Amino acid sequence: MSDLSPYAYDSKIEGNIIFTQLDTAINWMRSNSLWPMPMGLACCAIELMAAGAARFDIARFGAEVMRFSPRQSDVMIVAGTVTYKMALAVKRIYEQMADPKWVIAMGACASSGGMYRSYAVLQGIDHLIPVDVYVSGCPPRPEALLDGLMRLQKKIMGEPSFLEQKKELLASL
Amino acid sequence: MKLAEVAEAISSRFGERVTGRMEFRGELTLALQPDALRPVCEFCRDELGFDFLLDISSIDHFEHEPRYEIVYELYSLANGLHLRLKTTATEDHPEVPTVCDLWPTANWHEREAWDMMGLRFAGHPDLRRIIMWEGYPYHPLRKDFPLEGKFSDVPDVAFTEPAPLAGGPFVTAPVDGTTEVREPRARRAGDLPPAQAFIAEP
Repeated sequence: MSDLSPYAYDSKIEGNIIFTQLDTAINWMRSNSLWPMPMGLACCAIELMAAGAARFDIARFGAEVMRFSPRQSDVMIVAGTVTYKMALAVKRIYEQMADPKWVIAMGACASSGGMYRSYAVLQGIDHLIPVDVYVSGCPPRPEALLDGLMRLQKKIMGEPSFLEQKKELLASL
Repeated sequence: MKLAEVAEAISSRFGERVTGRMEFRGELTLALQPDALRPVCEFCRDELGFDFLLDISSIDHFEHEPRYEIVYELYSLANGLHLRLKTTATEDHPEVPTVCDLWPTANWHEREAWDMMGLRFAGHPDLRRIIMWEGYPYHPLRKDFPLEGKFSDVPDVAFTEPAPLAGGPFVTAPVDGTTEVREPRARRAGDLPPAQAFIAEP
């Protein structure tokens, strides 16, 4: 590690002490324990399951804890075709998730409606909820989902989490 | 019992009310007057042993009268026979009698035909939509309903928006340029200049 790294370990200090920025530490913890809300709506959910199983093993990125409750989830993986009948339910589940929360639109359908350009299908989940990462593919391979997850981790690492919270706190006083 | 005997039994009993008989690759289809549907179904079930209703489907002959055609697929498990019955409904009065009381499985088939095609089934115990939500104002499988859909909104339940095909993803873009420019890719309506014509790639 270089001297400029936020993870720099000062060997002169014995014991378990690491100097870093608070933002970096918070983001490091957040990005490496992303508990997904598996919003499996169609065939993409099969690839999502594959990503969770032994060969691809999403646990390597700290995201193996599929929470089937939005209250305990950090990232919603919208995997599949969002029909209009399901759309407001997806939005409602997203709103039930506790902040901070992120969204991955997995596959063509969740990103843009995909091949379903029809009366029944919402043309992309970003019409209803903010999306952080779009993963292309129909369905995407598990590697593509893992790549999307790593990009989301990178994005989280760049977020001014503590500063934002501090600003909000000061504004609320 | 053979299919020919079935056809003979129905024809001799209902005579003129059976308006057509088609055979194709061993499949028998009988066309019926609308008022003959119930008695023929009862006869098929009780006396010819057609104890299983495979499916009810419907056809929209848009701009022709009678506009709607309703198709019943019957099957006899004991004899291994497949019989198809067809009847019609007009545009002004798209209604046929229910067969729910004969075959309980008809309940959901008829609800689907009501939802998608707007056919009413007189005597149905619970004729609600089955796929689209209550309050959706259209019957989307009718020929005069556009594929792109129409705007609708039922607050707190669901909404729909039209999604025109031209200029959308997975459609060749109607603009000048190389295949790379025109090829289907993720895009939104409005990303491209207005479509002059739809270019179909050979």
